[in-house]
Amino acid sequence: MAVSIEELQAKAKLLRKHIIRMTTAAASGHPTSSLSTVEMITALFFGGFMTYRPQEPHWPGRDRFILSKGHAVPALYAAMAEAGYFTVEATMSLRKLGSIFEGHPNMARMPGIEASTGSLGQGLSIGLGQALGCRLDKIDNHIFVMTGDGELGEGQVWEAAASAGKYKVSNLTVIVDQNGYQQTGATKDVLDLRPVADKFEAFGWHVQTVNGNCQATAVAALTIAKSIKDRPSCIVSQTQKGFGILPILEAEGDMNYHGKPLSPALAEKALALLG
Amino acid sequence: MYYGEISGLKLGPATRDAFGDALKELGAKHPELVVVDADVGNSTRTEPFMKAYPERSFNVGIAESNMVSVAGGLASCGKIAVCSTFATFLLSNAYDQLRMSVAFPKLNVKFVGSHAGISIGEDGPSQMGIEDIALACALPGVKVIVPSDAVSMAAATAAILAEHGPMYLRTGRGKTATLYPNGCDFKIGKSIQLRDGSDVTIIANGIMVAAAMDAATELAKNGVSARVIDMHTVKPIDEEAIAKAARETGRIVIVEEHLMFGGLGSVVATAVGRTVPVPLAYVNIGDCFAESGDPQGLLDKYGLTPAAIVNAVKSVMG
Repeated sequence: MAVSIEELQAKAKLLRKHIIRMTTAAASGHPTSSLSTVEMITALFFGGFMTYRPQEPHWPGRDRFILSKGHAVPALYAAMAEAGYFTVEATMSLRKLGSIFEGHPNMARMPGIEASTGSLGQGLSIGLGQALGCRLDKIDNHIFVMTGDGELGEGQVWEAAASAGKYKVSNLTVIVDQNGYQQTGATKDVLDLRPVADKFEAFGWHVQTVNGNCQATAVAALTIAKSIKDRPSCIVSQTQKGFGILPILEAEGDMNYHGKPLSPALAEKALALLG
Repeated sequence: MYYGEISGLKLGPATRDAFGDALKELGAKHPELVVVDADVGNSTRTEPFMKAYPERSFNVGIAESNMVSVAGGLASCGKIAVCSTFATFLLSNAYDQLRMSVAFPKLNVKFVGSHAGISIGEDGPSQMGIEDIALACALPGVKVIVPSDAVSMAAATAAILAEHGPMYLRTGRGKTATLYPNGCDFKIGKSIQLRDGSDVTIIANGIMVAAAMDAATELAKNGVSARVIDMHTVKPIDEEAIAKAARETGRIVIVEEHLMFGGLGSVVATAVGRTVPVPLAYVNIGDCFAESGDPQGLLDKYGLTPAAIVNAVKSVMG
């Protein structure tokens, strides 16, 4: 790998700062749901796991990333900005009228977005369709899909898991961002679908369970996932919602902090904390 | 007895068969054509394509939601993705997927619903697609097409594959009279006048076009001159033909094998209201679920007959 873990960690820190600035400027959005995903998204975009052309976003040979948990899109916008799809400054128009930086990903308006999501549960099926389509065209690429753990409550995820197993799409990897929370509380209390790994395994997937907020671990897990050549791959990415600003959430007495931007004052503290 | 018999039309294949045969044939012309089905390919008639092109065919099992989103994924790789199951399972079960994985991203997915209407018969209300047109029309940017016979269905299948964008195509289960024995110049959004008339216009689609032809034949015997229009495309609606009919015949009867609300009747009524307001009457299933039974018995009981069209014409003529 050309990029060192230290460089990726620096990039992850940048992404976190962008997420906080973006959502605080928008005065809405889901910063904590975005923050849990950062190490995986950083590894995907900057760790050599995806080939893409920001100046030619529809290049057929590209690897694709689908953010099925669409509410975490500030993390994706941050990564795309750092990758050169647009400027970081442009992302500050998040959620504003006329901006293509919508509250959830909209592929019809933004080149480089691989699926329009926001209604949970559909991204893995779309990714499966893309994996089948690319395989049919003999394109040597990989489709990565990220879901939430609360999202696994959607039955369609399991329809997709079963059929991806049937078609043995080795060019498909799902990353379950298991941050442990959903809108109204802890995922274990709302609808406990653990053990997640066993379920994907039962459908014929290669599965790893890893610490998804450790940059080196994220890189190692994606390396293994891409090397699996006979079946789809699942990474249960155990993360913490709001990772990077956890002391602030603790002080606020809300470790979920779902769907709330930080106030300008808290955002300042968060940025200082990130350093 | 079959619809179209009174007006001298010959019985032809079911529109689902015409769709299936056309799809297979078009597979050679469109190498990028792929088909996704939810384990009913021998009912929807995607089976001939799936057998001819197994590498381009995906039976994802009894999982309509997944089927539609997989089709969206394939379309976002540049494929023409056809996905198909019974109309009611497609539109009612997988509606959010049609909205988010197809219509919203404007993807090139053609979703095809078979077993439309109550004329499927014995299997009963759970299998009958009676609300599919209303649901499909509500999806922004989606074109909605209901061919009336095997010939126009084959032409419609070719037309939807030739044009980019999300579209809904409705097919039927039973054999239908051939309205276009000499071929059909099918254009999406352009209705076809099958019979001219000056007293009233009957606008219909699907199997009810043949019934409308029979009604027009009966009306002629009583000196009523009825125009018959095959309104195969519900969205975008052919407002020009509707305004012309309203101007020239002064009254319109709208006939469809669908619920009262949100289907062809509602769409035509909106167009009439926007252009040349005239008295309207409707022949449709009303606001109810049907029941099991033989197809013709059901059509009789729920008022989808040439006689019902004649009565509607009388009512609108005052």
